[in-house]
Amino acid sequence: MELVLAIAIGLLAGSGVWLLMRPRTFQLIIGLSLLSYAVNLFIFSMGRFPIGAPPILAPGGQGDPASFADPLPQSLVLTAIVIGFATTALFLVVMLAARGLTRGDHVDGRPRQ
Amino acid sequence: MNGWEQHLAVAPVALPLIVGAIMVTLDEQRAKLKAALGLASILGLLGIAVFLAIRLHVGIGPGIAVYRLGNWPASFGIVLMLDRLSALLLIVTALLGLAAQLYALPRWQRMGAHFHALLQFQLMGLNGAFLTGDLFNLFVFFEVLLAASYGLALHGSGVARVKAGLHYIAVNLAASLLFLIGVSMIYGVAGTLNMADLAARIPQMPAANRPLLEAGAAILGIAFLVKAAAWPLGFWLVPTYAAASPPAAAIFSMMSKVGIYAVARLVLLLFGTGTGASAGFGGTWLVAGGVATIAFGAVSVLATQDLPRLAGANVYISSGTLLAAVGAGQVGVTGGALFYLVSSALAIGAFFLLIELLDRGRDIGADVLAVTLEAYGEGEEEDEEDDAIGVPIPVTMAILGICFLCCALLLAGLPPLSGFIAKFAMLNALLNPAGLGKGPALIPWSGWALLIALFLSGFATILAMTRAGIRNLWATEDGAVPRVRAIEIAPILMLLLVCIGMTVAAGPVMRYMQAAAATLHAPQDYPRQVLGRTR
Repeated sequence: MELVLAIAIGLLAGSGVWLLMRPRTFQLIIGLSLLSYAVNLFIFSMGRFPIGAPPILAPGGQGDPASFADPLPQSLVLTAIVIGFATTALFLVVMLAARGLTRGDHVDGRPRQ
Repeated sequence: MNGWEQHLAVAPVALPLIVGAIMVTLDEQRAKLKAALGLASILGLLGIAVFLAIRLHVGIGPGIAVYRLGNWPASFGIVLMLDRLSALLLIVTALLGLAAQLYALPRWQRMGAHFHALLQFQLMGLNGAFLTGDLFNLFVFFEVLLAASYGLALHGSGVARVKAGLHYIAVNLAASLLFLIGVSMIYGVAGTLNMADLAARIPQMPAANRPLLEAGAAILGIAFLVKAAAWPLGFWLVPTYAAASPPAAAIFSMMSKVGIYAVARLVLLLFGTGTGASAGFGGTWLVAGGVATIAFGAVSVLATQDLPRLAGANVYISSGTLLAAVGAGQVGVTGGALFYLVSSALAIGAFFLLIELLDRGRDIGADVLAVTLEAYGEGEEEDEEDDAIGVPIPVTMAILGICFLCCALLLAGLPPLSGFIAKFAMLNALLNPAGLGKGPALIPWSGWALLIALFLSGFATILAMTRAGIRNLWATEDGAVPRVRAIEIAPILMLLLVCIGMTVAAGPVMRYMQAAAATLHAPQDYPRQVLGRTR
C-alpha cells in the first residue's frame, strides 16, 4: 500500500514539475494541478494508513483509538483542496487575461514562433 | 489582559474581514462610502495595534498573550499568539495600509474593480499571519493575503501587470505546495502544528525522527524564502512590484516581510537556544542566503535603470539583511534587525508611492535613455543654456526632493535617520556579542560576512539613489513639474515622519525592539504561556 501510494505521488509530482517547466500556460496549469494532487496525497499519507482497522465504533464496543486513521491530516487535506481549487481558478482567469492581452499562450507573453 | 480587552487580539483579523465583506456587496458607484469604510477600518486597526503593543509592553510577564479561538484549549483548538513582534508588525501593516488607502483616493481606486475590498482582505491576511500560533492556520492566512495580493498586483490591468502577475501567481502557487509539504512532514513527525506545542516537543524528540523534522522545516523554510524573495528564489519580485500600481506596491513592501517574519518565528521558536539537538538549525544557511541576497540586491540596485525597479531591488537588500540578521541568532542583532525591518518597510513603501509622483508626466523611456546617454558620454554639452543663475525650484519639486532624500538616507542607512540607527545597532551587536566594553570576543565568519555586506550594500544604495535623484529631480530633461495633490503627498510624508519619529524617540523604540527580540530568543516561554495557563 505504501509503495503504491509512494509511486503514485512520485509520478504525479514528477510529471507536475516537468509540466511546470514548459513554456505554455496550459501545460503550466495542468502541471500545478498534478503537483497539488501529489501534495494532497502526501498530506493524506502523513496520517498513516492503518488497513482493516475498525472505524470509531467496533462491533460491540469502542474501537481502539490507536488504530484509527488520524483525522487531522484529512481535515488539512480538505482545506488544502479548497484553497488550491480557488487559487487555481483565479490563476486560470489571469491566464485568460494574459491570453487576451498578449495574443499568445507563452508564459513570458511571447507570441508563438 | 482580561475582560473585553482580551478579545481585541482577534480584532485585527475580524475587522478587515467584516469591512471587506461589506464592501464586496456595495457596487462600484459607492466609491466614497467604500473609501470612508476603508479609512475607518484601517484607522481602527492602527489604534488597536498601538493599544495592544502598549498593553503588552508595559504589562508584566513575558509579553505573550494568547487568544483561544472558540475557547478550545491549545493544541486542540487554534490559538492566536500575540507577542511584541506581532504587535509591532500589526502597527507597521496598518501604517502602510493607511498610506495605500490615502494614496489611492484621488486616482487609483477608480482604475479597477474592488480595490478597497482587496486592500482589506490583504490587511486581514497580513494581520492573521502575524497573529496566528498554528502552522496550518499560517498557511491559510498566507493564502488569504496571496489571493488578495494577486488581485492587487493586477489592479489597473495592462499587459505589463498581467505578464508579471502570471509569473508571480505561478511561483507563489508552487511555493504554497512546498509550504503544505513542509507542514505535513512536521505534523507527521511531531504530531502537532501548534507552534508553542512544537517548541515544547522538539527538545524531547528522539534522534531518529530529527532528520525528517529538519527536512520538513527546511522545505517550509524554502516556501517562506520564496515569499521573502531570498536569492535565488526571488526573481519574481522586481517585475511584479515594479509593474504593480503604487498603492499596491506600498502594501507589498510589507508582504515580503511576512516571509521574513515566518522564518524568524520558525527558526527562533523551534530551533532557538535551548531547544536540544536541533538548536541553531538553518542559521548558517540563513546567513549565507541573506548575504547572497544582499549582494544580488546591491548589484541590481546599481544595474537598474528605472525607478520602480530600483525600489524593487531595494526590497532584496532589505530582505537579505533581515534574513542574515535572523540567522546570526543573537538577541542584539535581532533587536537591531526589527528596527531595520520597520524602518525599511516604511521607507520602501514611501518610495514606491513617491516614484509614481516623480514619473508622472514623463515619458516612459526617459530613464533608460538617460542612463544609456550617460554610458556613451553624450548629452553633456547641451546643458549650457541661459538659465545659468538658475530658476526657483517649485514648491512641489522641493517637497518631492526632500521626500526622495529622506528615502535615500533611510534605505542606504546613512545618518541622521532611523536606517542608520538600525544598521548601527546591528553592527554594534555583531562586533560586541557580549555587550559593549566586555572585552574582545571571537566574531564568527558569518558576522564578518554580514558586516561587509551591510557596508557594501549601503554604499551601492546611496550610489544608485544619488544617480536616480540627479536624473529625476536635479537635472530633469524637460523641467516639467508633476501635478501632485496634497492627498497624494500626505501618505508619503506620514510614512517618512514615522521614520523621523523613530529616530527622535530611538531610545524607547529600541528598548521595545530589544524586548521583542528577547522574547523571541526565549522560546521556552511560549509553551508555558500557550499551553500551561487554563482559564
